[in-house]
Amino acid sequence: MSDPLLKVQNLRIELTTRDDVVPVIDDLSFELAAQESISFVGESGCGKSMTALAIMGLLPEKIGRVASGSIIFDGEDLTQASEDRLREIRGNDISMIFQEPMTSLNPVYTVGEQIAEVLRAHQGLGQQAAWTMAEELLDAVRIPNAKRRVSDYPFQMSGGQRQRVMIAMALACKPKILIADEPTTALDVTVQAQIFDLLNDLRRQTGTSIIMITHDMGAVAEMSERMIVMYAGRGAEIGGVDEIIEKPLHPYTQGLIACVPHILATVSAERERLLEVPGIVPSLREFGKDQCLFASRCPVRTDICLQKRPPIETDPSGHSVACWHGKDAS
Amino acid sequence: MTDEPIQKARSPFIEAWEMFARNRSAVAGLIILVLISLGAVFGPALYPTDPFDMVWAPFSPPGDAGFIFGTDYLGRDLLAMIINGARVSLIIGLAAAVVSIVIGVTIGALAGFYRGIIEEILMRITEFFQVLPTLLFSMVIVALFGASLPMITLAIGIVSWTAVARITRAEFLRIRELEYVMASRASGTKNAKLMFRIILPNALPPIIVQSALMVGSAILFEAGLSFLGLTDPNVVSWGQIIGSNRQYILDASYTVTIPGLAIFVTVLAISLVGDGLNDALNPKLRSR
Repeated sequence: MSDPLLKVQNLRIELTTRDDVVPVIDDLSFELAAQESISFVGESGCGKSMTALAIMGLLPEKIGRVASGSIIFDGEDLTQASEDRLREIRGNDISMIFQEPMTSLNPVYTVGEQIAEVLRAHQGLGQQAAWTMAEELLDAVRIPNAKRRVSDYPFQMSGGQRQRVMIAMALACKPKILIADEPTTALDVTVQAQIFDLLNDLRRQTGTSIIMITHDMGAVAEMSERMIVMYAGRGAEIGGVDEIIEKPLHPYTQGLIACVPHILATVSAERERLLEVPGIVPSLREFGKDQCLFASRCPVRTDICLQKRPPIETDPSGHSVACWHGKDAS
Repeated sequence: MTDEPIQKARSPFIEAWEMFARNRSAVAGLIILVLISLGAVFGPALYPTDPFDMVWAPFSPPGDAGFIFGTDYLGRDLLAMIINGARVSLIIGLAAAVVSIVIGVTIGALAGFYRGIIEEILMRITEFFQVLPTLLFSMVIVALFGASLPMITLAIGIVSWTAVARITRAEFLRIRELEYVMASRASGTKNAKLMFRIILPNALPPIIVQSALMVGSAILFEAGLSFLGLTDPNVVSWGQIIGSNRQYILDASYTVTIPGLAIFVTVLAISLVGDGLNDALNPKLRSR
């Protein structure tokens, strides 16, 4: 197998809180191949967004830092790269779209100016060329009447349209990786589907790898080949999407999948009670402990779960799980 | 998605103007201000009497011998002095406001953007300037470096930038955490551009309001300095007229009252305009 596009190895990110230094990402490793799409799944506060910010080199200043491990992009370790080098990479090789399309665009510039700005900064395009390109990009993300909408201000657009603008901006320089941090959480369900379609089409056309961050299992199934289930800053389960949904090994993954409601054909049909994963994600203070952090909510907990952190075990197909009881599951 | 008619783009400027126009006292202030400015620009050409010439007997009351505002203790035409003084007062007001905005915005932006040690140092400096008695400090500057117009302007600017710095910093602290700034960072924007092209335009409304009000206070400040005699003796300003006539306040009160009223009306007009700008630019007051 050739070298992956992005290789994260034993990544550990520490946040300085008021009374302690806690590892919000603890020993996370994964690989992303060119043109592949991978999803991060997990509850809020599990470190999904932190991973994305670490790849971008945008961890909160003075609070967060990469304590150990490496993020190797195209043969270059981003954790060692200078700020200037990172700035070149951002927006050009790796770009990102955010959760809140309503607030992710600068209200004082037209959308065209904002897209053109990225092109001018990274591709050295002239004023006119960048503007024409911005029009084309808006058209590519299927904004109707792109030629006119290009000089609209963000407040004149709907949430879905703004997210399309964000996507146009992120893809302006044909990045190798697009990180989408819950790109559809703030949007209507119908618009969500459109955005997913758009992302899939663009991926096919441009060959961009996509890292999706979400807690929507449906989105994962639609968008990605592989998924990483994160829990409390640790990778709980990594593997192919179909495989994991078919046969989840980690009790947390099983819980997450059981949480997805199913639409029944007839209203009268016997409805199963919707399941939940009881309890909440442990507080940051617990994060560094040498035990299984899911133990407090786990239905199959035994003594060893509280005594030692489970090792990551990988089966031949590349499906790995960090659970003491992963093998006897299913 | 259909081809629904796209809503007509309404420029933010037009919207702000509509808000401004709704505030009647602000419009009144603007009209007065425009009249005063026109008077300052064209007045000396239309009424060419030299304000330093002795034209008639001293202490002639207003209306005497055709001198609308009368003459002062040296027999100079008070109307000519008021007209010429308007130039000086407005220029100093504007220039001093510009000086303090440049200093204040730069310091506030750096402090709010970089945080940390830079912010600590800059804000301590700001506080240092804040606790200095402003009139005394500017008097020291003018006394040390000479009472020329540029020096007076600079002195007023140097003592009054702190409010701008604090407002700018506060806005930067708020805006730097917003998602579009993060998004802009994520697309590889350089710090200088982030500061002045991305954040600053969004921080402008309160700064504009503050600067409008500052023009008014700078005019008052200049009046105060010239009243105390710290003024360029080669130009007339309103404060200076009051200052030089103050001994005769009981005998010829109009020599002090008329320039005093001029200052009062001008500063009031500026404050009204500033208030109107606040209504027009503050999104929290919108659409009430």
